[in-house]
Amino acid sequence: MSKKNDTLKTVTVAGLLCFVCSIIVSVTVVTLRPQQAINAELDMKKNILMSAGMLKKGDDINEVFSTIETVIVDIETGEKVDMDVDSFDQIAASKDPAQNIDIPADKDVGRLNTRSKLAKVYLERDESGTINTIILNHWGKGLWSTMYGFIALAPDANTIKGFAYYSHGETPGLGGEVDNPKWKSQWVGKKLFNDAGAASMMVAKGLGKGEHQVDGLSGSTITSNGVTSSMKYWFGPNGYEKVLANIKNGGL
Amino acid sequence: MKIKELILDPIIKDNPIALQILGICSALAVTVQLKNVFVMCAAVTLVLAFANMGVSIIRNHVPSSIRIIVQMTIIASLVIVAEQLLKAYVYDQWKTMAVYVGLIITNCIVMGRTEAFGMKNGPIESFFDGIGNGLGYSFILIVVGFFRELFGSGKLFGIEVFQLVQDGGWYQPNGLMLLPPSAFIIIGFITWLIRMKDPSQIEESN
Repeated sequence: MSKKNDTLKTVTVAGLLCFVCSIIVSVTVVTLRPQQAINAELDMKKNILMSAGMLKKGDDINEVFSTIETVIVDIETGEKVDMDVDSFDQIAASKDPAQNIDIPADKDVGRLNTRSKLAKVYLERDESGTINTIILNHWGKGLWSTMYGFIALAPDANTIKGFAYYSHGETPGLGGEVDNPKWKSQWVGKKLFNDAGAASMMVAKGLGKGEHQVDGLSGSTITSNGVTSSMKYWFGPNGYEKVLANIKNGGL
Repeated sequence: MKIKELILDPIIKDNPIALQILGICSALAVTVQLKNVFVMCAAVTLVLAFANMGVSIIRNHVPSSIRIIVQMTIIASLVIVAEQLLKAYVYDQWKTMAVYVGLIITNCIVMGRTEAFGMKNGPIESFFDGIGNGLGYSFILIVVGFFRELFGSGKLFGIEVFQLVQDGGWYQPNGLMLLPPSAFIIIGFITWLIRMKDPSQIEESN
């Protein structure tokens, strides 16, 4: 076989193989995408409900979720903004230069760099329209990844009703234990702010008894610190402070 | 070689982890919880079987200068397919181990089998060789996962077996078991036990 033929054959085999493999991959991705989108949406609703402890075994997620009102608010002022709630994604918006603002470096305790101008707030009301639960997005850097979660607050905007991460890339079994139901349940009943009104919620090894502390996760100091600093940020002056004040004053 | 041998041999006699000492990295990474172990084992076994078969089908047309990258392409495509399937059907498991599913591509067992077996044998034998080696891999991972989850978090498949001290029980969890090096130690013990039973596996010392 001549050298030219050899090269030609090599290129042909490589080309054909790539073609076949790309077809297999694209067909799989495209056919499975609707199922994955359903999973993702259901999962998000489930996360919101579970963070607030509103989901019991056997409940229909869509049905329970229909009791929740979604509101878009301006983080700067805390006022409600009229816009389509489904098209707004707070996480995507915080990365989009048209919709975000830079967090000043000295105030960026959570190392988030940018935040969206608007935020998505989920409110659960009772029959008379009084707010029962406030559910907010929060995220922060762990060891390997950005951890995304929800936190549910009582109407006093201080007592925690539930806390959960729904997406993170922390080490399974170590930092990944931020998913652990036992650990998450420690958050319930804790208070976000101290008497002076400063965000004080923290994850601290060995100190997990106080009003503002939950136990650290063993083998994952950096993940735990990440949770603490993201709480400091989101409930500090650059985070949801105005939003929560407005909710407490009945503005939503 | 008979299909039965192809499937059963790699479990004890020619185990990819215990004898060939391949695929250690993922054995360390995913064995903290048995649930993850099973998803990982299923994914690896299927990728291994189909990659081996795919390589075997085209083995006579692959110029040797590009054979490694050809195998990589097939393996990588199958891993993407496996990951998409997990994402569509076992979303919760996929979420907890997304990174490691992608890392099947770098699992030395897959490439080791396609190069050592798939390139030299027919598609059917290759398929079963893949299944066999996948089962051998699974066997070790399940044993490691069993000990790590039981002694590291007092659970099996997420169900409490030993009640932990922090939950008011008696069992003080072994922190080492939660960390990857413990898998090394357990694999060391398994290798030792297998070689005690079957001294022919012991390498000759220089």
